[in-house]
Amino acid sequence: MELLFGGVKEFDVTLESDPQPRLRDLIAHIKANLLKGKPELFVQGDTVLPGILVLINDSDWELEGGIEYELQDMDNILFISTLHGG
Amino acid sequence: MVKFCVLCTKNRAVLKRPKTAQQVCKDCFFEVFETEVHNTIVDHALFKPGDRVAIAASGGKDSTVLAHVMKTLNDRYKYCLELFLLSVDEGIAGYRDDSLETVKRNEVQYGIPLKVVSYEELYGWSMDKIVKEIGTKNNCTFCGVFRRQALDRGAVLLKVDHIVTGHNADDIAETVLMNLLRGDIARLQRCTLIRTATDDLMPRSKPFKYTYEKEIVMYAYFKKLDYFSTECVYSPNAYRGYARAFLKDLESIRPSAIMDIIHSGEAYELKQEVQESLPKMGACERCGYMSSNKVCKACVMLEGLNQGLPQRGVGGSASSREEKAKREARRKPKLTEEDASSQKPFTFTNLQAQQ
Repeated sequence: MELLFGGVKEFDVTLESDPQPRLRDLIAHIKANLLKGKPELFVQGDTVLPGILVLINDSDWELEGGIEYELQDMDNILFISTLHGG
Repeated sequence: MVKFCVLCTKNRAVLKRPKTAQQVCKDCFFEVFETEVHNTIVDHALFKPGDRVAIAASGGKDSTVLAHVMKTLNDRYKYCLELFLLSVDEGIAGYRDDSLETVKRNEVQYGIPLKVVSYEELYGWSMDKIVKEIGTKNNCTFCGVFRRQALDRGAVLLKVDHIVTGHNADDIAETVLMNLLRGDIARLQRCTLIRTATDDLMPRSKPFKYTYEKEIVMYAYFKKLDYFSTECVYSPNAYRGYARAFLKDLESIRPSAIMDIIHSGEAYELKQEVQESLPKMGACERCGYMSSNKVCKACVMLEGLNQGLPQRGVGGSASSREEKAKREARRKPKLTEEDASSQKPFTFTNLQAQQ
């Protein structure tokens, strides 16, 4: 999936917003600023493409509220693609 | 607010299982994941003690996790199986050569001996050469047909009793949808079988038939398993992509859709007249491999490639292919002496005699 981001695997991102930024804001930020490849291979509407797993501090984002999760300082957000051969 | 694991109630939950919607911690997840595969193996009596089993390994997420889990379960539950890794090199630069490096590492990491068979050796054609010849449509048809045979040939060379592949629940649900969409009735009937029918040359089964792809990826991530994760360079045009995208959307709304589609697929029973009209399984005239036609698909494709007529054997819907096959059969050209001598000498009948 790093191919979509010019080969870069990790990014340090700072988001400032009032109220607290949510994961949906991070996804929008990524689409607008970090994505080098086709957006439809990463996002679908407000959220990531179904088939891309999201971990927040090594925990399933579905446990944390999905795109409504409120980002905290130093959070580690990991995107893993399942859309490839096995 | 920390969510606790519903199984042990002690540890923090790290995963919401799509299969059951349960919130589980890492250790409980490992346990349920492994135990469910064990139950699948036992419930369907996939193996018997002393079996030599080849794990079809590509270096990708499913086959790497499969190798790990097979080894773990074989040791834990004493299945007494002799395990091997079997890899197919289709000859796709920048994809297969890299993923094979991963399988070689798996060989060392899991202590399971590896055998690699290649299209170049078996057929004289690598996928890169085939795509140069036929363009980027229908490549997956060639690759799928060749790979199936290649795996069987490799398995015969290894003298194993059984092949296991890493097909997961998502794959099988996708296949059910694909076959439905394309009117492929014969495949629709077979594709949910966990183990191929007994008249097959080499039985093959899918221990991950009821395992969700998301869980396989999470298992690999939490266990820090080494796997290769890039899409085949030729796959963007594959028909399966549409079924996959549809299935993923369905899953996001209702995760049980995947299991439900498999369940629907398992329940299909063909009408008697349709069943009777399906071609019967026999052996290929040229190489002896199982085939529902006089000449197997791989031989037809190879003949086409070697003669510069690469579209032979591909394309069209199931029903139009049927019509076309009937027309071709009525005016079948004779194989010349020259063609016969240029065929690869490796045949299944020879190999079986050697065993």
